Amino acid sequence: MLLSSDILIQAVANGLLTGAIYALIALGLTLIYGVLHIINFAHGALLTAALFAAFFADRVLGIDPWISVFALAPAFFALGYLLQRLVVWPASRGEDRAILLVTLGLAVIIENGLLFQFRSDTRTIDHPFGFDVVELGTMLLATTRVVAFFAAIGVAAALFVFLAMTDTGRAIRAVAKERLGAELSGVDVPHIYAVTFGLGTACLAVAACLLLPSYYVTPQVGNAFVLVAFTIVVLGGMGSVPGALAGGLFIGVVESISGLLYGETLGQLGIFLIFILVLLFRPQGLFGAKA
Amino acid sequence: MTSSVPGFGRRSVLAAGAAAAALPLGAPALRAQGGPIRIGVIHPVTGALAFSGAQGRVGAEMAIADVNAAGGIKAMGGAKLEAVLGDARSTPEGGVAEVERMASGNVAAFVGGFASGICLATTQAAARYDIPYLVDVGVADNIVTRGLKNTFRFGPGFGVISRVAIENLVAMNDAAGKPARTVMIVHEDSLFGSGLAGLLNRELPGKGFEVLETIAHPTPTRDFSNVALRIRSRNPDLVIPASYYNEYVLLARTMQQQRVRPKAIFSVLGGAASNYRFVREFPDAARFIMDCNHWVDGRNPSAQALRRKVDAANQFFTYELFLNYANIMLLADALERAGSADKAKLTEALASSTFSGHFMPYGPTKFENGQNSGAVPVVTQVLDNDIKVIFPASVAEAPAVFPVPA
Amino acid sequence: MRDHLAPVLIVLALLAGVPLVVDSNVVLNFLKVALMLALAGTGWNLLGGYGGQFSFGHAVFFGTGAYAVAVLQVRFGINAWAAFGAGIVLGAVLGLAIGWLTFRAGLRGSYFALVTLAFAEVARIIASVWPLTGAGAGILIPLREGFLTLQFGSRAEGYWFVLALLGIAMLIVRAIEVRRFGAQLVAVRENEDAARALGVDVLRVKLLAIALSGGITASAGAFYAQTFLYLDAGLAYGPWISVEALLTAIVGGIGTVWGPLLGALVLQALSELGKHLGGDAPGLGLVLFGAVLILVVRFAPNGIVGLARSLRPRRLARG
Repeated sequence: MLLSSDILIQAVANGLLTGAIYALIALGLTLIYGVLHIINFAHGALLTAALFAAFFADRVLGIDPWISVFALAPAFFALGYLLQRLVVWPASRGEDRAILLVTLGLAVIIENGLLFQFRSDTRTIDHPFGFDVVELGTMLLATTRVVAFFAAIGVAAALFVFLAMTDTGRAIRAVAKERLGAELSGVDVPHIYAVTFGLGTACLAVAACLLLPSYYVTPQVGNAFVLVAFTIVVLGGMGSVPGALAGGLFIGVVESISGLLYGETLGQLGIFLIFILVLLFRPQGLFGAKA
Repeated sequence: MTSSVPGFGRRSVLAAGAAAAALPLGAPALRAQGGPIRIGVIHPVTGALAFSGAQGRVGAEMAIADVNAAGGIKAMGGAKLEAVLGDARSTPEGGVAEVERMASGNVAAFVGGFASGICLATTQAAARYDIPYLVDVGVADNIVTRGLKNTFRFGPGFGVISRVAIENLVAMNDAAGKPARTVMIVHEDSLFGSGLAGLLNRELPGKGFEVLETIAHPTPTRDFSNVALRIRSRNPDLVIPASYYNEYVLLARTMQQQRVRPKAIFSVLGGAASNYRFVREFPDAARFIMDCNHWVDGRNPSAQALRRKVDAANQFFTYELFLNYANIMLLADALERAGSADKAKLTEALASSTFSGHFMPYGPTKFENGQNSGAVPVVTQVLDNDIKVIFPASVAEAPAVFPVPA
Repeated sequence: MRDHLAPVLIVLALLAGVPLVVDSNVVLNFLKVALMLALAGTGWNLLGGYGGQFSFGHAVFFGTGAYAVAVLQVRFGINAWAAFGAGIVLGAVLGLAIGWLTFRAGLRGSYFALVTLAFAEVARIIASVWPLTGAGAGILIPLREGFLTLQFGSRAEGYWFVLALLGIAMLIVRAIEVRRFGAQLVAVRENEDAARALGVDVLRVKLLAIALSGGITASAGAFYAQTFLYLDAGLAYGPWISVEALLTAIVGGIGTVWGPLLGALVLQALSELGKHLGGDAPGLGLVLFGAVLILVVRFAPNGIVGLARSLRPRRLARG
């Protein structure tokens, strides 16, 4: 198939817009991974929960997702904090493989609890702005995605500043780097772990609110994003905030272009092949410093 | 149609262990006089296929309630039907575990399965007990071509659906003065979508159409921007989507957003095009979409009655629901004629069924090797925020709007 | 001299007697699925439990075994038994290939876990587009019950077959445990650099482990294909089996011969219990399952085997 440059440019733009959402989801994952050194199996289910929360805020309370995000992000921070403090940590006693199982158990509970409560219907919200487009030359870019793009970059920047500038941020980085040392110098490690888990979960709430206007929610919906988020975390270097952002945008573009060239099905292959190649030849990630 | 995205719902699913020791294992096969006739109702109500499974279950339960309210099975002294509900958990092994559990609980017949992958496994497991099995949807042709004597499919299989879809499309295009010549196909990448795309690519060129491009996508697909982009750049007269509900909705929304306006959207087993939820939630994106799919004869009074009942129960009137309803009615008719829940007699009654008291546009039932030979899909279109049958003329409720007004 | 194998043989003999005593197909089907998962878990356990290399992608072996047995029969007309054997070999070869790529690159811990996950996804996508595997339509093995076609008419026979497979796998693991290879494997798990310093050929040990692991898990996949006779990419390579394989081993007791078997039985019983308690309400049973899983982790951190040992401290001495 012949590809005009118009199409190619728009495909890149679409990829960047989608990639920003991926980045936001990966941001939560990389943060939790970088500090707790665990792979959080509940990440997809928590995203689903956040999408449900945004949906009901819209449908029941009449608050659209671009507003409710300011309430849901803190709420999900609290949820993440409490989950880590009251469930994951006590049940696993900090052991890696136990954390794996506990987060897996949480995922099963959340996903099926939502199914039990709300059935498996596909739910969508319908706002006039859901169909708005920004016209840029010949390109038609969905307004919701453009907003999501800038919001995602804003969140990543804020997170980066928070980690660099605040006491809590510095404590998080200290724990990530040298847990024992941080503990000895008086850092409350369980608290920092819970804060990190909370931040990761809050990122999901933001992602959910940005995603919902152009997407849908079912009890299984979050799983679709988990694998791609893992890929981004690895590409960006595990634990790296700028890496997750860059990795997200990169994967978005790769997915978009390879989907365009080889079809959406085979296009997915590109993501995982890059993932494997990066792991084999540059496991610290494309953007990570040498470990 | 098979599950393609198992989440962390536990797939492995099991038959009863210690927990089910209370079941009447190996109980005598004789049904106490006047006791209910047990029907195994198996659907994937958890996991990736949970929506369709739940819809199917609702249909079966409504039908059982209606049969009982009308006096049960009269040839058996007014015996009532009793649903034994099973969850296939969106996997073949989950379905088989339920077949085993229900067979040990003396069900007279099974109804359901939904996905082809599940139906292939469950019919085979039920065949070992010679218990009749009514496939509700499961469109894979090989479900009924394996020589299983217990297996019956009331609705059409994949081969018939795709053949009729092409015939109907050609007939409608001819009738409208051939407004459509170029075609793009967007399909999900498992059994039904890719099978259909292959068939369309073979058949359509000989019938005056040019297939510009065929785009496969996985389930789930997170973003349809690029698909819409390609459609926009090739500007086909006709777009043929064959996808499950969620992807269908995303595609239709994205096309609307990207201002892609072909002369018609003609889907085949389109996940959303014959779904009232879609019509209600996205009336603009749904307007004028045509779909070749399972549908009731809309002029049939009992179909209209069911429709009202479903609306009143705040449920959605979908093909999973009415196909299961129709299957239970078929089963009830066979029980009347067999006068017994004996599995050999019931199988025989099903095989010789001429049941015509249903609301599907199939005519009198006639099973050939387990497949109802009269079963066909029809073409529907979203008109005035409703779903109307538009083709063939013998069952049409409204004339087709094709090509779509610009 | 072979008394280290005796406990395994005794338990296998007892399990083999079940169909003679229990006449319920429900129970046999339950056990059959549980043993199949135990088999997949035994493969995972050899690499993950003894060797310390956690894989999140054992579906790649499961699916390859499953597709091999189906494709060789359906497309090439090869006898089912031969195809079954080929499936196991293919699983082992694939294990070698993946091991060669990843272990030489020095991937460990989460990096290894994630790369295996990616391999499984690649396999899933390829199987969903490749005509040989039936692409999206999947592949159906024709129904022909009989010994030669490896399709068992009675549930007892299928059960005995998977029990035999599991028995062989457990005996292999037990035999490795008491040999030098087993000690080297554990040394690699505990401290790779120290093991290397002691003269252990770390790469070779890991490669052998992943090859055996792949072969064993592939046999579970091949059994799945012969039992349900239909495969598509999501069934064969979906993430579910990767999760099941590690779950059975970790819940049962990681790095122990008995872990996967006990884990599979307990998890299956829990799932069934959840279903029973949850009734007909979709989802409720699985919620209970998840909750119980967390409680198990809380109160039996070293798996069921660990729990049993802590209740019987004198067994500790025998390790």
